[in-house]
Amino acid sequence: MIAPALQAAALAAAPHPLSGTAADWVWALPLFPLAGFLVNAALAVVAVARPGPADPSADRHSAPDATAAGEDVAGHGPGAGDADAPPPARHRFASVVSLVGPLAVGLAFALACAIFAAMARVHPTTPFVQTYFHWIPAGDLQVNAAFQLDQLSLTLVLVITGVGALIHLFSVAYMGDDPGYARYFAYLNLFVFFMLVLVLGASYPVMFVGWEGVGLCSYLLIGFWYADRANADAGKKAFIVNRIGDFGFLIAMFLLFVQLGTLDYTGVLAAAPGGLEAGGPVVTVICLFLLLGCAGKSAQIPLYVWLPDAMAGPTPVSALIHAATMVTAGVYLVVRSGLLFAMAPAASLTVAVMGAVTALFAATIGLKQWDIKKVLAYSTISQLGFMFMAVGAGAYVAGIFHLVTHAFFKALLFLGAGSVIHAMHAAYHATHSHEDAQDMRNMGGLRARMPVTWILMWIATLAIAGVPLFAGFFSKDEILGTIFDRAGGSILRDAHWLGIPGGVVLYAIYGMGLVAAFLTAVYMTRLMLYTFHGQNRTGEAARPHLHEAPWLMTGPLLVLGALSAVGGFLNTPAFLPIGPAETLARWLDPVVGPATALIAAGAPGDADPRRGLLLSLIAAAVAATGIVVAVVRLGRSAPVRAGAAPETGIESVLAHRYYVDEAYDRGIVRPLLAFSNRVLWQGVDGLIDGLVTLGARVWVWFGGIGSALQTGRVGTYAWALVVGALVVLAITIR
Amino acid sequence: MYPLFYSFCFYLFGLIAIASALAFVTRRSPVAAALWLVNVLFCLAALYVMLDAPFIAAVQVLVYAGAIMVVFLFVVMLLNLGLPGELADARGLLAKILAGLAGIVLLAKIMSSRTAVPIESLMLRPDSLATVARIQGAVAPVAQPLFTEYLIAFEVTSILLLVAAVGAVLIGRRRAAAVEGVGAG
Amino acid sequence: MLAESIALSALLFVIGVVGVLTRRNAIIVFMCVELMLNAVNLTFIAFGRVYGYGAQAIVIFVMTVAAAEAAVGLAIVIAIFRHRQTVDLDSINLLKG
Repeated sequence: MIAPALQAAALAAAPHPLSGTAADWVWALPLFPLAGFLVNAALAVVAVARPGPADPSADRHSAPDATAAGEDVAGHGPGAGDADAPPPARHRFASVVSLVGPLAVGLAFALACAIFAAMARVHPTTPFVQTYFHWIPAGDLQVNAAFQLDQLSLTLVLVITGVGALIHLFSVAYMGDDPGYARYFAYLNLFVFFMLVLVLGASYPVMFVGWEGVGLCSYLLIGFWYADRANADAGKKAFIVNRIGDFGFLIAMFLLFVQLGTLDYTGVLAAAPGGLEAGGPVVTVICLFLLLGCAGKSAQIPLYVWLPDAMAGPTPVSALIHAATMVTAGVYLVVRSGLLFAMAPAASLTVAVMGAVTALFAATIGLKQWDIKKVLAYSTISQLGFMFMAVGAGAYVAGIFHLVTHAFFKALLFLGAGSVIHAMHAAYHATHSHEDAQDMRNMGGLRARMPVTWILMWIATLAIAGVPLFAGFFSKDEILGTIFDRAGGSILRDAHWLGIPGGVVLYAIYGMGLVAAFLTAVYMTRLMLYTFHGQNRTGEAARPHLHEAPWLMTGPLLVLGALSAVGGFLNTPAFLPIGPAETLARWLDPVVGPATALIAAGAPGDADPRRGLLLSLIAAAVAATGIVVAVVRLGRSAPVRAGAAPETGIESVLAHRYYVDEAYDRGIVRPLLAFSNRVLWQGVDGLIDGLVTLGARVWVWFGGIGSALQTGRVGTYAWALVVGALVVLAITIR
Repeated sequence: MYPLFYSFCFYLFGLIAIASALAFVTRRSPVAAALWLVNVLFCLAALYVMLDAPFIAAVQVLVYAGAIMVVFLFVVMLLNLGLPGELADARGLLAKILAGLAGIVLLAKIMSSRTAVPIESLMLRPDSLATVARIQGAVAPVAQPLFTEYLIAFEVTSILLLVAAVGAVLIGRRRAAAVEGVGAG
Repeated sequence: MLAESIALSALLFVIGVVGVLTRRNAIIVFMCVELMLNAVNLTFIAFGRVYGYGAQAIVIFVMTVAAAEAAVGLAIVIAIFRHRQTVDLDSINLLKG
């Protein structure tokens, strides 16, 4: 009787295989960027820096396409001319900041690598949880400040710190002349800190701290050049739209606590199978509210509208926050709650449908954008849609895989675009021109001027388009292949979504994914052709000033280029005879294995390897077709000059992004404003104000009486004394 | 119980005290008022003697009538307030009536407690104080509790007097800053 | 003579109170306070005759406090007079916050 109990106790008390290794230092991971933030923030406060645009993309000139610019919330505001801008002044502590900022993230990356080495040796099957203190001890609700280290969080940590360090390095050159240099790095370090808290937190509330923190940093960095009203508005838009999503996240947390009594990942995982009815309404509602949070943070339909406007921030910020890391937090949340989603097939299908629609929708918009960063923004939304397709279909490994590869090639694309904008802006600055440095109609033929950027951008383009052997091919192919498999047999196939059989939905999603992949190839090739090929349209005067970026900017590009080229070999499919297969799948299996197994239940025993090969060939063919179509169509037609006649028909609709911003403005923002104005402000608020004022007046009146009693004259006080004595006597002596 | 002459003297001094007190509060001139108050104090001293407290009576004459009242008169003289009519001193009729009413009510209240029965167990034998005084003299019986039971309080009063003396000198000193301080306060 | 003493004491005390309420000259108000203190002293002495010599010790204390009060109070009166040229309590409202 006693022996098994003792054994169990010994097992429970046995130290985790990771304790005693570098993993013990997991608490230090976020502390490095936090220390960097403190130092940089102190420097930013100390230095009396003048705020003002010095970044190339900061002062955009009035857009030539007035029709598009008129409706644009974020960009193309009437920018100040370069002539009146003060000459760029380097920050007083620029050298210190340049050292501290990247070093903080670099050290965190080094530590993450050490932890990775330890974890790769042990490969633990249970998460390594480190508890620091009781954070919210409130009755039944016990939330600890704790970090959880497992294969999933470590993967994310490596991406955040690795790509983050490269982008920090890039920023040193890109933002070097900005007066707000120290402030910029303070925000960037703070972002990395919160992002690490987000992925390392051992419970939903701790994750929520990071979730809100990255939102804050995103807001601060989008509005980094706050002197321009459009930028500040874009920051506010991102913040408010994210609040809608956070509301969903919070409701989901409340429901989870009510149902399961715990919010720790381990606790939820243990309690969910018994505490929630699989496929029941409760778990479905929880997952749908979680999904709302994901849609806000990861810019999915219907809450995607903030991300294109977020391009108002500095370009490295777009690369780090709005492409590589923060926007993928929603994907991470779904994977982290994989078991819950696996228990709610309807919610999972909703995720997948949302992802597919977003992927297709954003890709079509990307076809007709002229601002190079806007193209990339819609491309990011589209790729995030792919990730949600994957995790919705229960392909958690594929989703994380695409997250990682996307971080590589999308960061590369953004940094490359930053390099191009840098060159364009420098050229226009030198010639005092007022053209738009981000409009692709002003570029063209940059291949000869910026060969390194050109080659690297092509690598990234091939990767995102899904050309075989580049990173994006493997991840996108795996997503589409898994969705096809799930349609063949899984609990999703047997579930229904709005009355439609799950199998049909999944096949439709597969089709939409293929179309989106095709469009991805088209719009990316279009971007490359307009930017780097054909005749140069920059202008005779500015052309000689175009030159390649400094090595500090091309260096990180080279690293990211290499990763984009070979990143796919992290997880090659089993049917392709190249390298060790499915490395990432085996690495992540302890975390996502149970959920994947649950969702894939009922699949035919072993898939035909030839079918996998066939699907890969189809995906490759789609990518190749897309590139060819783009080259053929655009190679013939003469490149459009800036300010040319506006598009008509469907092209116009695409160029105006389906008028979604306008629809939101008419349908939600304006009625809400009117309601707030008329009813809440003038009606309810007026009433409450009146009541409060009345109450205040009453007490002022009483106070006046009290004040009148304080005459300051001894005679009055003597009278009061005698009357008081009489009262006391009247009470005591009867 | 008491000899007739004793009672006669007690009532006599009591009546003089009341009459003098009434005169004291009604005089307009501070000097006249002060002198009537001195009269009250003398009468009280006489009553103290009759109530077997000869030492207190002596102190009363020395300290109150001799020292404190002299200080009052001295201040009146110093500030040149001795002339009557210089200051519309008393308050109006309404205030006087109200004050009189308050005084009558207060008096009634206090008098109603006059009939309270003394605590028998704590009471001494009648004439015990006179007996003690005959044996120990007038001063020693007062000194006995003063330097045993109330020693700490007695020592504290010495500090109080010192502080009062120093404070009076400080406040009364003619100094520009001090005057301004009072004005600003 | 206890009852007579207390009655006399009460009368003197009330006369003092009425004086405080009706007079405006700060020095006379002070003297009224002294009268009230003496009325209390008389009560102590009268009770002391019944309860013992401790009451007379208390009277010594009261006298001490009265002396201290007179010293400080009169000093304040002098200071105020220097500043305002008056000792009329109604024209002195320094206590007003």
